[in-house]
This record gives sequence, structure tokens and C-alpha cells, in this order.
Amino acid sequence: MATEQSLLNLMAPPKGWGSPQYKDDGGSVIQTNVDTVLNALLNWGRSNSIWYMLFGLACCAIELMHTGGPRADLDRFGAVPRPSPRSSDLFIIAGTLTYKMALRVKRLYDQMSEPRYVISMGSCSNCGGLFQYAYSVCKGVDQIIPVDVYVPGCPPRPEALLEGLLKVQEKIKSEKFLQMRYGASANG
Amino acid sequence: MTPEDIHEKLKTELGEEAVFDFHPVSTKDRDAWLQVAPFEIERVCEYLKTTKGLSFDYLECITGVDYPDLKKIVVVYHLYSLTQKHRIVLKVFLDREDPTMPSIVNVWSAANWQERECFDLLGVLFEGHPDLRRLLLPDDWEGHPLRKDYEEKEEYHGIPTVRPNPIDLFKIQIPAKEAKAS
Repeated sequence: MATEQSLLNLMAPPKGWGSPQYKDDGGSVIQTNVDTVLNALLNWGRSNSIWYMLFGLACCAIELMHTGGPRADLDRFGAVPRPSPRSSDLFIIAGTLTYKMALRVKRLYDQMSEPRYVISMGSCSNCGGLFQYAYSVCKGVDQIIPVDVYVPGCPPRPEALLEGLLKVQEKIKSEKFLQMRYGASANG
Repeated sequence: MTPEDIHEKLKTELGEEAVFDFHPVSTKDRDAWLQVAPFEIERVCEYLKTTKGLSFDYLECITGVDYPDLKKIVVVYHLYSLTQKHRIVLKVFLDREDPTMPSIVNVWSAANWQERECFDLLGVLFEGHPDLRRLLLPDDWEGHPLRKDYEEKEEYHGIPTVRPNPIDLFKIQIPAKEAKAS
């Protein structure tokens, strides 16, 4: 009996069949599954087509260019640089943010369509960094817009920025995109 | 020409009241400099640029220095001649409460943005400047930050200018009694 159970039985019903989630009450089995599958599918597509906006402010921009270049190649994760906030999903803020630029950053962020993500790249945009005692430097991007991923370093290596992008992908994959977009009614 | 020759020539041509207080190269001063009266600066610069043998055709830099002890703001001009290969530094001492002096945009047009920067950071008013706006800081900025008595504002358009030290957030607060005892 014990050996029979340990064998893989392809004809057996799923293990969670008896659980409330899969209880047959008029089509909720199919809805729940469709919901999960669609979410996974959409997130797979979204996470592999993160278009980032080019926003180099200081020396971190050089590393950002490196990351887009052939050696570290952001393109292999489907991330493509965009010149416009309207068509981009990810906002990589690379460099020292001054108050004069902070107002522009706020405006550009407002112009991006949701869902939108922000990577704060380098010490300067994380907290002001080396220049945080200067009169003209904003003490961190998170003072003006919400930040999803902080990449430490001065400047961060391309590998660090790649990991930041992978963290954004993880975040996207953990989201329930249908519910976010169409509200709780997508739950069925 | 050496700086001494330049000073001699200026002194004989333009007079003692325009050019004075010559400082040769020393351990204290890396460049020879001389003082120019504020309202003679345009005439002196015009002379330095157009005279044969001097022909200062390159305005390297205009900067300002604040001296609260002397109650002065000093505007420093670095001039260089690409043909004659010589250099001179002019300094103009202005009153700290009312730093006003003529612009030299009509002599060297490169002075335009440099004077704007000097106005931006130190508040020196250049009379006759075609477009005296702030260059580096936002237009609605208050104060001139390179003055020694400048104090940073609490916030700028709702953005706080101070970020708390993250270490302080994790520090254990010692009760007042124990702190006194230790």
C-alpha cells in the first residue's frame, strides 16, 4: 500500500481537490484557475518587457550605459531604453538629484502610465550620498516619488543594476495584475 | 610681459585711482594680482583687451569670494593672452551690503554666463548685464548660498532638506536619570 502511494499516479485527482479553493460551486474551479494562469501569463510577459526610461543625471549614467551595452546587456531581459516617459514602465534614476531636477523628476514620474516602477541607482539618489550636505542636492529620490528597488554603490557596477532589474521582475511576478487592473471583481 | 610691466603700463595709462594695490607672485599669492576700482573695471578691461602688446583675448574665469571679516565681496577676474602668453588677475572689492558693479559683457561676451553664476551664488549685481538671471539654481530660489551667512531652508517645494541619520533610528534611548549618573 505504501509503495503504491509513493508512485506517481497520473490518473489521480489533484491533491488540493478537497480544499475549499477547489470546491465545485458553479464554475469557480475554472475561474480560479483561469485567474491564476492569466496572471502568471501576463506577469511573465510584463516582467520580460520592462522598458526603462533613460534618465542619467551624473556619473551613474555611464554605468547605466554600460549595462545597456553588449557586455552586461540589459536587452536579454527584454529591457529596452525608451526616450519618453509615456512609453516606459521603469524609471531608473541614475545620479545626483538636485532640487532643480527634483521637480522635473516628479513631473516625469506623473507622466508615466501605471503600472510603473522606480529604481534608485547609486548612493546619491538613494540618500544624497556624498553630496547630502550640499545646499542644492535632494536627500534621496524617495523624498519625492515612491521607490521600488534601491541599488547601492558609488556608482554601482552593471551587475548590481542587473540584479536590481531582476528584483523588479520578481516584484512584477508576485503581483496579481488582473485584480490590480480590473479590481476585486476579477476574483470571480 | 611680466605682471610688474603690466601694472606699470596700466598705472601710467589709466591712473592711480583706477589700478592700485599690486601684489607680485609670492608664497601667499600664486598669481600676481592687482586691485581695480569697481566703476573703472570696464575701462581697464577694454584697455587690456585692445592695447597692442597686452592683448588679453581670453577671459579665463570670473569668481567671487565672500569675506565677512572685511565686510567685502571680492570679484576675481583671471585674464590670459593666448598670443602674448601672459596672465594677470584683477580683483574688485565690493561692499558686502550693496555689491554692485558694472558688467564687462561688452568687452568679453564670455562674461555673460560667468557673471550670471556670480550673481546666482553670491548676489553680486552687474549693472548693464543683458540678462541677469540665476544660472545654476532654480529661479525661485531664495538667498545666495556661497555667502558665508547663508542658512539652508527647512524645505524646498515640500521636499525636506534634512534626512534623519538612519543610525539614530536604531539607537537605544537612555533614561534621563541613568544618563546623569554616568
